[in-house]
Amino acid sequence: MSTMAVEDVAVAPVDEGFWTRTRKVGAVLLGLGLLAAVLFGALATGEQARFTLSEDSAGAALKINGTFGAILFGIITTAAGAAMLAGLPKRWFTLVLGVGLVAFVLSFLCWQVSAAPAGQNFMPLVNILRGTFILALPLIFGALAGVLCERSGVVNVAIEGQLLMGAFSGALFGSITGNVWVGLVAAAIGGAFISLLLAVFAIRYLVDQVVMGIVLNLLAVGVTGFLYERLMQTDAEKYNSAPRFSSWEIPLLSDIPVLGPALFSGNLFLYLGLLLVLVIHIALFRTRWGLRTRSVGEHPTAADTLGVKVLRLRYRNVLLAGVVAGIGGASYTLALYSFTKNMIGGKGFIALAALIFGRWSPTGALLAALFFGFADQLATYLGAINSVIPSQFLAMLPYLATILAVAGLVGRVRAPAADGKPYIKG
Amino acid sequence: MEPGEIHALLGENGAGKSTLMNVLYGLYQPDEGEILVDGQPLKLKGPSDAIAAGIGMVHQHFMLVPVFTVAENIMLGAEQVKGGLAGFLDRRRARREVAEVSERYNLRVDPDAVIEDLPVGIQQRVEIVKALTRDVDLLILDEPTAVLTPQETEELLTVMRSLKAAGKSIVFITHKLGEVKAIADRITVIRRGKTVGTASPEASRDELAALMVGRSVRLTVDKVPATPGRPVLEVSGLVVDDDRHIRAVDGVDLTVHAGEVLGVAGVQGNGQTELIEAIMGLRPTLAGTVTLDGQPVHGWSTKKVLRAGVGYVPEDRSVDGLVKEFSVAENLVLDIYDRPPFGKGLALKPDAIATSAKERIEQFDVRTSSAEAPVGTLSGGNQQKVIVARELSRPLKLFIAAQPTRGVDVGSIEFIHSRVIRERDVGTAVMVVSSELDEVIGLADRIAVMYRGRVIGIVGPDTPREEIGLLMAGITPDAAPAGGATAPGAAATDGGTAAPAAGGPANEDEA
Repeated sequence: MSTMAVEDVAVAPVDEGFWTRTRKVGAVLLGLGLLAAVLFGALATGEQARFTLSEDSAGAALKINGTFGAILFGIITTAAGAAMLAGLPKRWFTLVLGVGLVAFVLSFLCWQVSAAPAGQNFMPLVNILRGTFILALPLIFGALAGVLCERSGVVNVAIEGQLLMGAFSGALFGSITGNVWVGLVAAAIGGAFISLLLAVFAIRYLVDQVVMGIVLNLLAVGVTGFLYERLMQTDAEKYNSAPRFSSWEIPLLSDIPVLGPALFSGNLFLYLGLLLVLVIHIALFRTRWGLRTRSVGEHPTAADTLGVKVLRLRYRNVLLAGVVAGIGGASYTLALYSFTKNMIGGKGFIALAALIFGRWSPTGALLAALFFGFADQLATYLGAINSVIPSQFLAMLPYLATILAVAGLVGRVRAPAADGKPYIKG
Repeated sequence: MEPGEIHALLGENGAGKSTLMNVLYGLYQPDEGEILVDGQPLKLKGPSDAIAAGIGMVHQHFMLVPVFTVAENIMLGAEQVKGGLAGFLDRRRARREVAEVSERYNLRVDPDAVIEDLPVGIQQRVEIVKALTRDVDLLILDEPTAVLTPQETEELLTVMRSLKAAGKSIVFITHKLGEVKAIADRITVIRRGKTVGTASPEASRDELAALMVGRSVRLTVDKVPATPGRPVLEVSGLVVDDDRHIRAVDGVDLTVHAGEVLGVAGVQGNGQTELIEAIMGLRPTLAGTVTLDGQPVHGWSTKKVLRAGVGYVPEDRSVDGLVKEFSVAENLVLDIYDRPPFGKGLALKPDAIATSAKERIEQFDVRTSSAEAPVGTLSGGNQQKVIVARELSRPLKLFIAAQPTRGVDVGSIEFIHSRVIRERDVGTAVMVVSSELDEVIGLADRIAVMYRGRVIGIVGPDTPREEIGLLMAGITPDAAPAGGATAPGAAATDGGTAAPAAGGPANEDEA
């Protein structure tokens, strides 16, 4: 008989035994929940924990008794963990995990807010949310730059340098011309300049991309630092006082409670960043450019045999990444502060972490950036209410989360297969 | 090339077949000479020019993006788009096109399946569909049967015949004589980058082989019947996972006796690699035992296993067998550099290493400019001889050779085979794993066939090829008469990808 079918050789994943990933995560969540219910519950006071829907203690607020809230949310986390341990269907995994983690954070906040000094038992949600987005913004731009590069197979460790160069040239040319839009374009070109160096050395001369990225970061710090001291500081009025984008309130949307003031009364960069996430996500997964980009990042030889110009596409994407990161740098100097030496201060590396934490997808990167931004903002807030938790511990959170993510605790993290591998024809 | 012709390009490994075809496909640029299509000279700057000229190619290593779906892979480079400049992918149209082409040529594939989940035979079918959707007139198949079971090969030949009937021309690159004789209309033989002759499919196998290698070669291995002694290697109930933590070896029992060659046959990826790596201590064993001369060795480090008298030729010499940048001499002592006479305390003894290298280069006929040349500069065959020389220079109880002649020229194959048999004759237990069925049949005294992580049968070397082939496809002799189509799980497992009906089970390989 020759009508035999070719059998499916792909072997089904083996049964992992009792300790599936869901159960492992469930056990951790259960532990966290118990910790929250018992410890946070015991430490919380009977004060009302108020989550105000404004920027200060005034106005409407969500109120809950501190002890009660800490225990209640702790129990919710425990229940989520128990559900996972009991063998939850896979499609519920993300939802239940999210509920469990959010409840844990809420339990923690109930404790912190209720135990704050008298008169400060409130948390202004608008401030927290707005702060989260502001702190996340450079990370969003940086991580998008990473997505553009790495999806086409070029590792981008130079995000830090691209942000810094963008911030610098935005400030310089914005100041000289006094035009904020010129500053924006200059920032994009500044970021693209670092990208160009990365592209030429990584794609044309096959230099190790990670090493090249680090060198470019140092170059950016050196060049901008030198020019800052020798040029900007000589006449700050002329060279380092760029005009700033003002906030634009979006009609109607800005009237939504909490979300409105936090999200729809921001400046150009906030809107641009969120829009870019959406645009790049759609472009990457729905368009010809996206299909080709991903193919080049996964299997450049295959793309080449189908007539896709591998190197040209990589050049283009790396340069585009520089433009995005450059604009991200300008979100500092054309909206918030004057330029100072090394003002990015490692945000480019956290953006890299957000890229990995978000599994190389634009929306994933957005969520990761927001998470990091929130941790950052929370650290500031806890400092302000004299929390017993040293703010340094919270500042550690993003890095800890990244290590756990890279270690594979949030599912398998898989980089594009050809990421970091130069393409040599033949 | 004529329209509707199947033209076989026959030549040894490294004869230049693939290079020639890559030039024809625009991947490489010719240094001299020109390509004529319909009498017109053709300048190819890249594969897109070749595709435009109606030339399509199925590469030896599939050019498919593993994480993409079938439809995405097929549309890549020639995307159906809508929405003007933005270029949104029109997936529905792409899917329809795939369906149309697979319908027309009876090549069924599921457009939404993800490539990495598909078996090799189906992946190849995707490659063919990919070329056909680009409206090619000439299809180049580069070593298409290297990764297929005999049954899948049979199906491929059927597909090729139907393509021919549809007026497509096919260049079929191979070094397997049986397939050439079964399907080709014309045969061109290439040796060392030159056309050395053309032949018709009526030529005998021996004639073709002689033309291919340049002299008459023995296709069989000379050996006397084995005299098996005590059991040396005993594997029982072995369970091993692969790198992705998927069960690769699922309860294997094997025994290799002193003075015999146990051949392990099977299509690649059925657990052979993991089995050997587990025996060598390169991969953790999850269950079961491995004993060497009665002593349990599972859980031992690789070094300890080697020291216990096991020689090992790994299947990928450039990754696992040699340090390419190191010299031949250094590679020859990689396993014993820290033992007298080559090393003492912290120091190496360069003189001893050099002397011994010289001897072994001579003994094993390694063609190298000097013992100091980096091993990466040697040809594949000579690199392999360096490994064999290293492993056979110690007193052995057990010799394991995985794909010992992959990518090796015919001369070296003969040499390596004779050394393997010589090792058997001095009483070493030998285990040869190869995806070349001819090699296994030629060398082995007993053949174990692996399928999906199990030894599905152990047969003698005189077993007919077809029977071994069926075993490689997972069909045991008692199940076969019931009909392949109803073999357990054969048809139902991969919905929508069932094979087209082949004309008949004629054994063209021996034609």
